[in-house]
Amino acid sequence: MAAISRDDVAHLAKLARVEMTPDELDHMAVELEQILGAVKRVQEVATADIPPTSHPLSMSNIFRDDVVKPSLTNEEALSGAPAKAEDRFKVPQILGEE
Amino acid sequence: MTLDYKGATQKYEPTLGLEVHVELNTNSKMFCSCATEFGASPNTQTCPVCLGLPGALPVVNGKAIESTILIGLALNCSIAPYSRFARKNYFYPDMPKNFQTSQYDEPICVDGYLDVEIETEDGPKTFRVDIERVHMEEDTGKSLHVGGATGRIHGAEYSLLDYNRAGIPLVEIVTRIIPGTGKYAPQVARAYVTQLRDILRALGVSDVKMEQGSLRCDANVSLAPIGSGLLGTRSETKNVNSLRSVERALTGEIERQANRLEAGMRIIQETRHFLEESGLTRPGRSKEQAEDYRYFPEPDLVPVTPDAKWIEELRAKLPENPADRRKRLQKEWNVPDSEMTSLINAELVDVVEETIKLGAEPTRARTWWLGEISRLANEKEVAPTSLITTTFVAEIIALISSGDLTDKLARQVVEGVVNGEGSPAEVIEKRGLKVVSDDSALMVAIAAAIAAQPDTAERIRGGNIPAAGALIGAVMKATGGQADAAKVRELLLRHLGQG
Repeated sequence: MAAISRDDVAHLAKLARVEMTPDELDHMAVELEQILGAVKRVQEVATADIPPTSHPLSMSNIFRDDVVKPSLTNEEALSGAPAKAEDRFKVPQILGEE
Repeated sequence: MTLDYKGATQKYEPTLGLEVHVELNTNSKMFCSCATEFGASPNTQTCPVCLGLPGALPVVNGKAIESTILIGLALNCSIAPYSRFARKNYFYPDMPKNFQTSQYDEPICVDGYLDVEIETEDGPKTFRVDIERVHMEEDTGKSLHVGGATGRIHGAEYSLLDYNRAGIPLVEIVTRIIPGTGKYAPQVARAYVTQLRDILRALGVSDVKMEQGSLRCDANVSLAPIGSGLLGTRSETKNVNSLRSVERALTGEIERQANRLEAGMRIIQETRHFLEESGLTRPGRSKEQAEDYRYFPEPDLVPVTPDAKWIEELRAKLPENPADRRKRLQKEWNVPDSEMTSLINAELVDVVEETIKLGAEPTRARTWWLGEISRLANEKEVAPTSLITTTFVAEIIALISSGDLTDKLARQVVEGVVNGEGSPAEVIEKRGLKVVSDDSALMVAIAAAIAAQPDTAERIRGGNIPAAGALIGAVMKATGGQADAAKVRELLLRHLGQG
């Protein structure tokens, strides 16, 4: 597997909206490489006769009926919001960073 | 020199690609039981699941799966025996979870097609639009950008979020690239979206209201010099919210790209926004590249594995393809294209068909729905179908056919029914609207008219037939307009030796 480069880490940090110093980027590139190496061991046992798994339950087709149940009130919905206005969640301007 | 649309398409070949998003009309959301009602006050249809609160667990709405499979089947797709949801990760406040639950490499429906017919200079021509995939996802919340000049995102000081729409089932229908449409590209796109809308409506799976956003179209187009066999860089135009806009947006975008290429500039792969007023597009927000979405299988949801039996049950439910149905009805009713188009545009095909099924004479069924009933509906600014039932219309038409009502009286009956005076029979009773067909009653009125205008009667006896109009008018007046004028004329002329 290709090594995790410092640029890869910087890119991921940007996507995750995590601010990192140059030192942290260097450090994290090494750490991620080690983590990937550890996880990579799974590939040693992942042979053709073992299907990929996304969760531990071997179930499918779990559906609900299309029935409406009461929602939260506006006050409840907004109770955890850092800022609100006009019954809505208030967030900082969206663009500008891109 | 700038190229106009004609010049642009003489030199460049457009290649289309269309993505249509459809909000399903389920009662509850895709992964939670919140209501989906349009226009509810902000943030009153949310819960821990659609707000992305910690620990909340989504559960798939079975009806939404059923609707999606129906859409896939109607578009001639294969239904995947195994499909999964995936997380599409991105930071944008329209999704409070910071990911949208969607489908990625395992969509539920694949490899379909839709044949669309358009009118060309050489007559009608059919284009086959290949469908790559139909997949399930959830709609996002609605942002309101506050501050700045126009409420646009640029220059806004902050944004306000309403998550009522977040989590409403959304189906995305993606075409393969559509080559070979030439200058007809905008019409093919419009015809495709129109036909898709009609199919979705016939399936009953969505409100398909473009103006309310329950049907949205993203139009991709690229240009390459004709005959080059190349594929140019595409742009994607969003915010196209009417059928007419689909056509206008593509026409404008093809012109814009052609002129850039003429000037030796490159086309930038970008998302553009359609501006309804000018018909032009402007650049939109820069999009994260597909690989930046870091899709991975949604661990909170189990796979969807529809069995063949379920799929066949759904297939058996499919309604007749609306385009085929229209052709069949037009032939059965023997109406010209223009009238069929009027019926389609007024959304009256269904009610006319139903009225005819209830025994109404086809020409009268069409005339009454398109004429008097539509006129009243226009006045009241409501849909014609909300004014009167097909049963009542069929009853009224039956009375016209049997001669019990004249067209004039029937208009009064319709008016009475529309005003809530009861059934046609009740309105006729209350208003006393039956045609006076009793010959002896009419003869009394005729005799009275002759007595009042003896000179006129004499002229008619002398062969002046047009003079009869004055006496017929008098009889009609005397009977309150309830007599059949043709019948009065016949009796009058016979009485005066001219019949």
